[in-house]
Amino acid sequence: MSKYHVTTSINGEEVEFLCEAQQTLLDVLRDELELTGSKEGCSSGDCGACSVMVDDRLVCSCLVLATEAEGAKVETIEGMADGDQLHPLQQKFLEHAALQCGICTPGILIAAKALLEKHPDPSEEETRYWLAGNLCRCTGYDKIIRAVLDTAAEMRG
Amino acid sequence: MDDAPHYKFVGTRPIRPDGVEKVTGRAAYGADMVLPGMLHGRVLRSPHAHARIKSIDTSAAEKLSGVKAVMTAADMPEIPNELAPAGEMMVNFREVSDNILARTKVLYDGHAVAAVAATSPSIAEAACKLIKVEYEVLPHVIDPVAAMADDAPVLHDHIFTEGLPEKPSKPSNVAKRIEIGTGDIEAGFKDADVVIEREFNTAAVHQGYIEPHACLANFTFDGQTTLFCSTQGHFVVRAICAKVLQMELSRLRVTASEIGGGFGGKTVVYLEPLSIVLSRKSGRPVKMVMSREDVFRASGPTSGANVWVKMGIKKDGTLVAGEAVLKYQAGAYPGSPVQPGCMCAFAPYDMANVKVVGYDVVTNRPKVAAYRAPGAPISEYAVESVVDELAKAVGIDPIDVRIKNAAKEGTRAAYGPKFGPIGYLDLLNKVKESEHYKAPLGKNQGRGIAAGFWFNIGGESCATININEDGTIGLVEGSPDIGGSRASMALMAAETLGVSTDRIKPIIADTASLGYTFLTGGSRTTFATGMAVTQAAQNAIQQLRERAAKIWDIPVEAVEWEDGFARPTSSNAGDFEPLSIGDIAAKAGKTGGPIVGRAEINAAGAAPGFGAHICDVEVDEETGRVTVTRYTAVQDVGKAIHPSYVEGQLQGGAAQGIGWALNEEYIYDKNGKLDNPGFLDYRMPVASDLPMIETILVECPNPNHPYGVRGVGETPIIPPMAAVANAVAAATGVRMTDLPMSPPKVLAALGNANGGGDD
Amino acid sequence: MARVVLPTSVARQFAAATEFEVAAANVRAMLEALDTQHPGLRREIEDTMALAIDGEIYQDYMLEPLQPESEVFVVPKIGGG
Repeated sequence: MSKYHVTTSINGEEVEFLCEAQQTLLDVLRDELELTGSKEGCSSGDCGACSVMVDDRLVCSCLVLATEAEGAKVETIEGMADGDQLHPLQQKFLEHAALQCGICTPGILIAAKALLEKHPDPSEEETRYWLAGNLCRCTGYDKIIRAVLDTAAEMRG
Repeated sequence: MDDAPHYKFVGTRPIRPDGVEKVTGRAAYGADMVLPGMLHGRVLRSPHAHARIKSIDTSAAEKLSGVKAVMTAADMPEIPNELAPAGEMMVNFREVSDNILARTKVLYDGHAVAAVAATSPSIAEAACKLIKVEYEVLPHVIDPVAAMADDAPVLHDHIFTEGLPEKPSKPSNVAKRIEIGTGDIEAGFKDADVVIEREFNTAAVHQGYIEPHACLANFTFDGQTTLFCSTQGHFVVRAICAKVLQMELSRLRVTASEIGGGFGGKTVVYLEPLSIVLSRKSGRPVKMVMSREDVFRASGPTSGANVWVKMGIKKDGTLVAGEAVLKYQAGAYPGSPVQPGCMCAFAPYDMANVKVVGYDVVTNRPKVAAYRAPGAPISEYAVESVVDELAKAVGIDPIDVRIKNAAKEGTRAAYGPKFGPIGYLDLLNKVKESEHYKAPLGKNQGRGIAAGFWFNIGGESCATININEDGTIGLVEGSPDIGGSRASMALMAAETLGVSTDRIKPIIADTASLGYTFLTGGSRTTFATGMAVTQAAQNAIQQLRERAAKIWDIPVEAVEWEDGFARPTSSNAGDFEPLSIGDIAAKAGKTGGPIVGRAEINAAGAAPGFGAHICDVEVDEETGRVTVTRYTAVQDVGKAIHPSYVEGQLQGGAAQGIGWALNEEYIYDKNGKLDNPGFLDYRMPVASDLPMIETILVECPNPNHPYGVRGVGETPIIPPMAAVANAVAAATGVRMTDLPMSPPKVLAALGNANGGGDD
Repeated sequence: MARVVLPTSVARQFAAATEFEVAAANVRAMLEALDTQHPGLRREIEDTMALAIDGEIYQDYMLEPLQPESEVFVVPKIGGG
C-alpha cells in the first residue's frame, strides 16, 4: 500500500508524516504522532471526543482524512496550555470539578475554546447548543456549562 | 446538625490530584498506551442473533501479509460447566469463556467468534473479512416475555429453571425464579381503599461510557504477562483472565489505565483474554480496542424488562400492600439484575405486606452487565409510577404519601433486615420545603417526584501510606478512579494525618504491587477503600508516634498526634518542640527504617443510599417531545468527602436516568440484528437536552465509617425515570408505561387520550 | 437463640422452613447447625448469599459473633455498577 506524504502544522510546529489514504486525522494524531490527547469515542462524528481545530475551524478529527491536513494548521489539546500555564478553561474545569472520568474533557475544552473565541459572552443556552456535539456521560453537563460560563466571565475581565 | 464533627479537610473542594493530566490530554486511557513491536487486534463478530457454528476457516486470513496471529475458541481452554467464585458472585466460567469467544453457538448479533492480530488495524480488519464461518441459523428470541413462552426458541440445553419446587423436566429460557415477601399480601389488599395495578415495559439501555473497551497485553515466552486495560477492577480482570486461560495469578500483572467511564459496564472482561492469547501466539504485544459499534452490539447493556405492579392505599394515605412481578432480560447467559430489582422495589416504604416475584430470562442479546444500581431503576420506576397514581387517587400530595410511608431507622425492609440510621425522611422533607417543589409551572408543564433506594456495598480493599523522606506522602490504593476518588482518598488521608492534600499523592497500584482490592462498583470505593486509607493513615500515625517517642526517648503513650505533629501529651512527658511528619521522616533511618502505614480490610457496614428527585417537564403536544425544564436531585450522602464530586454523581446519574426515560433504547430488527449501534441512533442526552441539575446533599452519617461515608454513585440513576414519567402524567394527564417516552410514543399516547389522534 | 431467616427460594430448594431458631455463638456454628438439618445448605449460603446480621450486611463471614437475640437474614449477595 503506497503512503501519502503530508506536511502540516500541529500546535504551531511543522510536522511531516506518512499515511494511508483511508487513515483519518485522528488515526494519525493518535497512532503515528503519539498525540493521544484527542480521544476516539465513536469514529462517526457523534461524540466529539476527538475535537480539534483545523484552520481555525472546530472539527471532529475522526471525520477528517489525514491527507486533508496537508498545508493546514491543526490545534489539539496538547497545544492548549501555554508551557506550564494552563488555559483559563483548563483551570476552571479543574476548579469546577467539570470532569469525572475525563475522557470527553480534551474534546470539550477544544470546543469550548472555539466557542469563546467566537462568542466571548455566550448565554447558557448558546453554550449548551455549541457543546451539543460533545457527549459527556458522567457529569450531566452542569459543571461543564458552569465552568465555561465562568471562564468566559473571567476572560472578559 | 450541631453535633456534627468539624473537619479541616474533609468536605472541602481541592483540585483533584489527577486533574492536570486530564485537562492537558496527557492521562493514559485504555487505548493510549503503546509498546515497541505492538500489534493491533480485531474481533470477528456474529451477524446472526442465534446460530450454530458449523465450521471456521481461518486459512486465508493467516496468509494475509502482516497478520501475525489468528485465534478461535479452540485456542482457549475448555472450561467445565460449573459455578466458581468470581469477585463477589458465583459465575459459570464456561459461560464467561463462551461470551468472550463463542465455541459452538453464537447467541447474539455481535457475539465474538474469532480474533486477529496484525501489524496495522486495517490489515487486522481485512483479515477478519477473510475468515469464513459457516453458520446454521436458528430461530431467535429478543423479548423477555416472548422468551418465557413454552414454544420459544431455547438458547441453552443445560438451563433448567431454578427456584421452582421441583426441577423442571425440560430446559427453559427462564434461568431462575425468585420470590421475596413479608406479611399477608391478600389481607393487605383487602385493607386498601384504592388498589391500582399497571404493567410497564422498559428498554435495554447501555451504560454509554465514552471510552470504548481497550487493552494491551504483553505475553513473554516464560509465561509472564502484563496487561494494561480500562477497567473498574483490575484485580477482578486478573481473576477472570486467569480462570478462563487457566493461568496462575502471579503470572498476570494487570495495570488499570485511566478509565473513561464504566458505570458497571467495565466490571466485565471481553477483549483482555483475546489480547493475551494473541500476544502468546504472535510473540508480540497486542492492543485491542472496541469500535463504538462493538461496544453497543457486544458489551453490557442493562436489562430491558416487563414489570407488573399492584399496590393498595388507604384513604389516609397509608400504603398497605405492594405486589410485583419482574421479568428481566439477562441477555445470552443467565444473570440479569432481577434479584436486586426485587429487593429494591418497595424498599423506600414502610409497608406491612409485600410480595415480589422475579424471573431471570435469557434472550438473544448481549449478556447484560451491571449498570449503576443494577436492577433497581427498573422496578422502582414501576413502583414509583404507581405510588404517584395512588396519591392522586386519594387526593394527597405525592410527597406527603412518601413522607407518611417512608422507611426509617428500624423499619424492616421487605428483603429482611432492619435499616440503621438513614436520612430518608429528612431528605423527603427537604424536597417538600425546596423552592423548586413550590415553584409555579407554565403551560404544558408538569412536575413529578420519585424516590430511590440502593443498598451500597463494602468489600475488600487495601491501602498503603508511604511516608517519604521529606515528609510528603505516597498513598497507594487499588480502586480504579472513575469519578475523582483519588481526591476523596487524599482528603481522608489528609484529615486523619493532619496534613494538607497537596502533600499527598494518591496512585492506583497494579495487581503485583498491592493486595487484592475489589472493583470500583456498588458505590463502595469511597466507603471501603476510604476506610482502608483511613486505617492505613492511623497505622502510620501509630508508627510516627513511636518514632517521635524514640527521638525524645519517652514512652509512646506520652506522645500524641495532633494536626500533623507529634507532641508530648503533657508537660510531664517532657518539654519538646512538636515534630512534623517531615522531622520524623528525616530521622526514620535512625529510628528503625522507613515508615509505611498499611491496612488490608474487608469493609462491612455499608449504609444504604436513599434519594428523591424533582423533575419539571414541558410536553410539546405537536411533536410529542418532552423537555426537562428543571431538575433537582436530593440524596442522603452520609458525608460528602469532596462535595463537588458527590454533586457530580447526582447530576450524572440524573442525566443518565433522563436518557433512559426519554430516548435511549436498544432496537432490534426482525432478524435479531441491533438496528442502532451508534450514538446517532442511540440517543444519549447532550448538553442542549438538559437544564442545570440542582443538588441538595443531606448528610446522615454512616456510623460504620470513620467519616460517615455512604456510597453515592448508584442511587441517583433510580428516581429519574419515574420522576420524568410522573411529570409527563402531570403535564398531560396521560400515564406512560413504556420506556423510553420518545416523541412518537408520547404523541401516540396523547392521540389515544384525545380520542384517536385526529388532532 | 438467634433467629435465622432464609429467602423463600432457598428454603424451597432445600425443602426447609424459612425461619430457624439456632443456638450458636457465631456464624460458623450457625451455618454448621443449618447444614446438619439440611445438608448442602451451608455451601449454598456461603457461595451465593450474604448475611444481614442485626441489620448490617456481610458479604463474607465466618466468625462474626451472634447474640442470643440476634436476627440473621440470609440475603442474596449484592453487586453494583
